[in-house]
Amino acid sequence: MKKMAKPRLAVWKFASCDGCQLSLLDCEDELLAVADVVEIANFAEASREIQPGPYNISLVEGSITTPHDAERIHKIRRDSGLLITIGACATSGGIQALRNWKDVNEFFSLVYGSPHFIETLKKSTPISDHVFVDYELRGCPVNKYQLLEVLNAFLNQRKPNIFPHSVCMECKANKTTCIMVAKGIPCMGPVTHSGCGALCQSFNRGSFGCYGPKEATNTNSLGGHFKELGMSGDGVMRIFRNFNASAEPFRKESEAHEK
Amino acid sequence: MLEALQHNGWTIIGPKVQDGVIVLDEIQSVDDFPIGYSDRQGPARYRLTRRANKAVFGYNVGPQSPKAVLHAARKVIWRGKKNDLKSQETAEPLPHIAFVGIRPCELKAILIQDDVLLRGPYGDAFYAARRKNLFFIVVNCGQAGGTCFCASTNSGPKADSGFDLSATELMGNDDHRFLMQAGSRRGEELLASLPARPVTEEDLKESGALFAHAVETMGRTLDTHGLKELLYQQLENPRWQEVAERCLGCGNCTSVCPTCFCSTVEDWTSLDGSEARRERRWDSCFSVDFSYIHGGSIRQTGMSRYRQWMTHKLAAWQDQFGTLGCVGCGRCITWCPVGIDITEEAAAIRSSAQQKEALDGND
Ligand code: SF4
Ligand code: SF4
Ligand code: SF4
Ligand code: SF4
Repeated sequence: MKKMAKPRLAVWKFASCDGCQLSLLDCEDELLAVADVVEIANFAEASREIQPGPYNISLVEGSITTPHDAERIHKIRRDSGLLITIGACATSGGIQALRNWKDVNEFFSLVYGSPHFIETLKKSTPISDHVFVDYELRGCPVNKYQLLEVLNAFLNQRKPNIFPHSVCMECKANKTTCIMVAKGIPCMGPVTHSGCGALCQSFNRGSFGCYGPKEATNTNSLGGHFKELGMSGDGVMRIFRNFNASAEPFRKESEAHEK
Repeated sequence: MLEALQHNGWTIIGPKVQDGVIVLDEIQSVDDFPIGYSDRQGPARYRLTRRANKAVFGYNVGPQSPKAVLHAARKVIWRGKKNDLKSQETAEPLPHIAFVGIRPCELKAILIQDDVLLRGPYGDAFYAARRKNLFFIVVNCGQAGGTCFCASTNSGPKADSGFDLSATELMGNDDHRFLMQAGSRRGEELLASLPARPVTEEDLKESGALFAHAVETMGRTLDTHGLKELLYQQLENPRWQEVAERCLGCGNCTSVCPTCFCSTVEDWTSLDGSEARRERRWDSCFSVDFSYIHGGSIRQTGMSRYRQWMTHKLAAWQDQFGTLGCVGCGRCITWCPVGIDITEEAAAIRSSAQQKEALDGND
């Protein structure tokens, strides 16, 4: 039997911290197994060499914040079979979407020595606002096991085992005590997409909502409950406005508590 | 007693303080039990407290139930290789487990899960294997918690059957003792090996008073009279929409419920596709995918998902398995992050139905 050519994988970066790409590097042992089954055609974190497209699978990290990037993503879409976004930036605009509530021009003079070199868009937007996305992997950063699972599932042509239900379901499966009920600590778990394995809760911290909204969220009810737990309106606004600030249900809830 | 069980090869699982709650875990010695602890429970609220006395079982149920052991949250149920699809999942030898200190409602929940998972042509082989070689020492409740309502569902505060041994903790007259009853041959044998004296009138009076006190102080009640018919008639009651506005759809209630049995399966492969495994994990009727059939999910709204949960527990379960699907343990009330109370919802639907009936009658 003729050996089939390996699928070609490319990893792309837009406005992001590189944390999600590092999750892929962090796979170490598994990365060798990945390299066995795919040809890594572009992965700047691992090698400077960029091979030309087309690519069977493109992993896209980061959000769109500049006119140049808004162009670049279209080229990547054209060159890619499957386009999978990884992480909060690429799927909801990321922490940099906080600029969406401010005038970005005001930041320039504060941050940059020569602001006239900067060309940027008013908003930080997810990849899916610009091109069709085949699959979105959540997290800030993504969980490396979930990243491998998505690649694995696409390579083996099956459904990825990634679930849109709450973090609470993971908490309960792990037998982690609910810190909101037992300690009164506000937790975003009931409105947040699973995937982290309920990490924070096992260290007595409430969820930060890193994986963005779960399916069918009821942020309004949880926002109200946070207040009953003693959180200020400003506190509720802030807890919904972080890594996934621009994701629709979180955006609405944070705006509802804005003074 | 614990030593006698351990000597006979039983792994003991019982209550233990961990992370500020009372959980079920492996017990090595009496010191592991929550001696001198109690709890205060209400909707969306649980706090561990200290007691004035050294009662060993002076608390009510925590977040976990024996379900976590007998019908675990995750389980590999099949493993195979490419071109050799025979299951290679080898049944690991299961430890013989003695549950010490579980409550009457928890025992009742196990009997209900037995009805669901063992009977009929499609019994669950994994549950059946785990269900073998268990020993139950149930501890009756002399006090009830803020969210308990087992007296309404006939599942406590005293266990009638299904146990090997039952115990009631008595502390009257500064005499800390247990009133024991055997429910099986094995229980009788264990009891015979323990230092004991015959039961007195005094003991029975004290335990009777405790049960009466537990029933009286039960934090919740559920009127089960005609409940099934009521709920079936009220599928369009506006109350469902009201509760859906509070419900987060988080699935905490079904996870902590000792009778909820629903699960789904996931298929995993090795990266090169040469090996695969199938895992079963808890699912919940609060997930949208739960009612997915070709083309989409049937229960699209939070309202229909909440209604599914409550009507299954309190109505459809009776048609399916001949009992309520609820043992009144109160976990779903305590561990719901926003404190939705199944007894309050049932009562609200009943009273709005009655009001409507009264109005219609006046016409
Ligand atoms: S700790 Fe947070 S994630 Fe865990 S069950 Fe409670 S609310 Fe849900
Ligand atoms: S429905 Fe609630 S009260 Fe009834 S058995 Fe389940 S968790 Fe306990
Ligand atoms: S209430 Fe929901 S999760 Fe529980 S047994 Fe019924 S359908 Fe399953
Ligand atoms: S009733 Fe409570 S615990 Fe159950 S899904 Fe709704 S919010 Fe979550």
